[in-house]
Amino acid sequence: MPDIAGALRRHPQARWIGLVLVAAALIALPLVLATIGTAWVRITNLAILFVMLSLGLNIVVGFAGLLDLGYIAFYAVGAYVYALLAGPHFNIHWPWWAILPIGAAVACLFGVLLGAPTLKLRGDYLAIVTLGFGEIVRIFLNNLSEPFNLTNGPKGLATIDPIKVAGIDFASTTRIGELAISGTIKYYYFLLAVLVLIIILNLRLQDSRIGRAWEAIREDELAARSMGINTRNMKLLAFAMGASFGGIAGGMFSSIQGFISPESFILTESVMVLSMVVLGGMGNIWGVVLGAILLSFVPEILRYTVGADVQGRIFGRSLIDPEVIRMLLFGLAMVVMMLFRPAGILPSAVRKRELAVPKNE
Amino acid sequence: MSDAAPIPATVPILEVKGIGKRFGGLVALSEVSFSINKGEIYGLIGPNGAGKTTLFNVLTGIYRQDEGEIRFEGNTLRNTTPDRIAKLGIARTFQNIRLFANLSALENVMIGRHVRTRAGVFGAILRGPATRAEERAIEKRAHELLEYVGIGSRGNELAKQLSYGDQRRLEIARALATDPRLLTLDEPAAGMNATEKVELRALLESIRKDGVTLLIIEHDVRLVMGLCDRVLVLDYGRNIAEGVPRAIQKDPRVIEAYLGTGHTAPPE
Repeated sequence: MPDIAGALRRHPQARWIGLVLVAAALIALPLVLATIGTAWVRITNLAILFVMLSLGLNIVVGFAGLLDLGYIAFYAVGAYVYALLAGPHFNIHWPWWAILPIGAAVACLFGVLLGAPTLKLRGDYLAIVTLGFGEIVRIFLNNLSEPFNLTNGPKGLATIDPIKVAGIDFASTTRIGELAISGTIKYYYFLLAVLVLIIILNLRLQDSRIGRAWEAIREDELAARSMGINTRNMKLLAFAMGASFGGIAGGMFSSIQGFISPESFILTESVMVLSMVVLGGMGNIWGVVLGAILLSFVPEILRYTVGADVQGRIFGRSLIDPEVIRMLLFGLAMVVMMLFRPAGILPSAVRKRELAVPKNE
Repeated sequence: MSDAAPIPATVPILEVKGIGKRFGGLVALSEVSFSINKGEIYGLIGPNGAGKTTLFNVLTGIYRQDEGEIRFEGNTLRNTTPDRIAKLGIARTFQNIRLFANLSALENVMIGRHVRTRAGVFGAILRGPATRAEERAIEKRAHELLEYVGIGSRGNELAKQLSYGDQRRLEIARALATDPRLLTLDEPAAGMNATEKVELRALLESIRKDGVTLLIIEHDVRLVMGLCDRVLVLDYGRNIAEGVPRAIQKDPRVIEAYLGTGHTAPPE
C-alpha cells in the first residue's frame, strides 16, 4: 500500500486540495441525487444520522471496549426531548439550538444512569444489561401515556416543528433563482455541518489523554487502573459522551421526520448501529463512518436492483420479489465481510508518530 | 557480588506491619512485616505459592488486607484502589506482562503519564494552548523513557509485536511514566536470557540511582543476591528471614524452605 499519510506530510498543499475536492463533492451531492429522485436525498439524510449514531456508539464500544446493545435508547431520548419541546403535545415551541443541547444533556444523563450500575460488568453480561436498558426505555415510551400523558404511547408524537435557521423554514422549498432547494436538501446541509463537527470532536477525543485512557481500559482494565486511571469515571464518561451524540442525532431525527413513535427505537436499530461499528472497524473513526454509509445504502440500492434489473438479466424475468431477497443478500454480504475482514473494513491501525524526540519549546 | 553496596539513608518509604490475608479458609499471608528504606533495592523471594504475588497485590491495592497496616512515606494507606496507589507514587509491573497490546509502545508509555496530567473532555475537544503543551510534554517524556529503558527505536511498534525482553522493558518504562517513588517489579527477569538479565540489572541500578526505590519479586536467586540491598524471604505466607543477601543465603530456614530439610549448603 502506498504511504498516503507520509506523502501527505511531504505535500501539505495536497491535503488542502483533497479537502476542497471532498467538500465540493459533498456540497454537490444532494443536487445530483435530487435529479435521480428525492428519495435518495432522504436516504442520505438518514445515512448521516446513522453515521452520527455509529460514531457515538464507537466511543463506548470501539474506544472503551464496552459492549452496548441498547444504544438506540439514547437516540430515542434525544428524539422525544426534541418532540416534546418543539411540538403541539405540550404546545411548547422552543428553537432547535436550545433543544439539541438539552437533548444531548438528557441523553448524557441517561448514559450515566446506564453506566453507573454496570461498571463492574464486561462482555456478555454488560451486553445483556444494556439490551435490557434499551428495551426498558422503549417500553416506557410505549406506556407513559397515563396517568399523565408524557409520550402519547404507541400513537407517537406528530407535527414536530422543523428546524428554522435565520428565518429559513426547513420544511418547505426555497427558490434561489432557477435553483429549487427542497427541505430535504436543506436538512442535508444542516446534518452535514453537524456531522463534520461530530467527526472533529471524535478525532480530537481519540487523540487525547481521555481517548488514550479509554483505549487502555479496552486493552486491559487492571493494567489501566494500576497506571492510575480512574476506570470508573472514565467508563461513565464514555457512556455519557456516546449517549450525548446519540441524543443529538435523535433530536435531528425528530425534526426531519416530524413524527416519532416508540417503533422507531426497537432492538433491531441498536443491532444495526452496532453492526455498522463492527463492520466498519471498531475504534477507527473513518472505518465506522464507512461502515455506517455502506449499511445505510446497500439495502436501499439492493431494493432497486435485485428485482427486474438483475433477475431479468439472469432469468429473463423477475422470479423473487426484491423485498424478500434484498435482506437475505445483505445478511450474506455481512457474513462474508466478517469472515474475510474480521477486524472490519478499515481496522483500527496503530497511530504512528514521528520518532524524533520533539524539540523543547 | 555487591553486598557491600551502601545503604544510603534509613528513612523508611514503605512500612508493612503484621499484614494478613485470607481467601476463604486459605491463609495466604500472615503476620508479614518489613520496611523498605528510601533508595533501597529490596528483594522479595520465596518458593512458589509462598504468597509473594498476593503481598504485591495487597501493596498495589488490588486486594485489601484482612489485618495489618501499610504506611507509605509515613501515611497509612486506607481504602486503597490500584489507581489511588499509582497516584500516591507506587508503580508496578506484572508477572504475566500486561501491556496495552494493540497500542504502540509509545502510547503505552503515554498512558502512564495519565495520572500526572490533567486535560479533561473540554481540554481534549477545544485543544487549547495548555492542552497542546501538555500533549507535547507527554509525548516528549514518553520518548525519553523509551530511550531510557533502551527501546527508543521501537516507539511505533505495537506492544504485542515486541520481543519478550522488550515487553518487560516497556512495562518498566510505562510504570516509570507515572513518576513513582517506589517501583515494584513482579519477576522482571522471567523469561529473559543471560544477556538480557545483565542489561536489566544495569537498568534497575540506574533507576535506583535516579532516586526511585525498588521492590522486586524475583525467582532468579543470582540476580536477587547480586542486585538487592536487602532480601525478605516468604514461605507459606510468613516472613521467615530478612537481611542482606549474604546472610540470607546461609540462613538454615531459607535453605530448608527452598530445598527441604537435610541440606546445609547454600543454593548456588
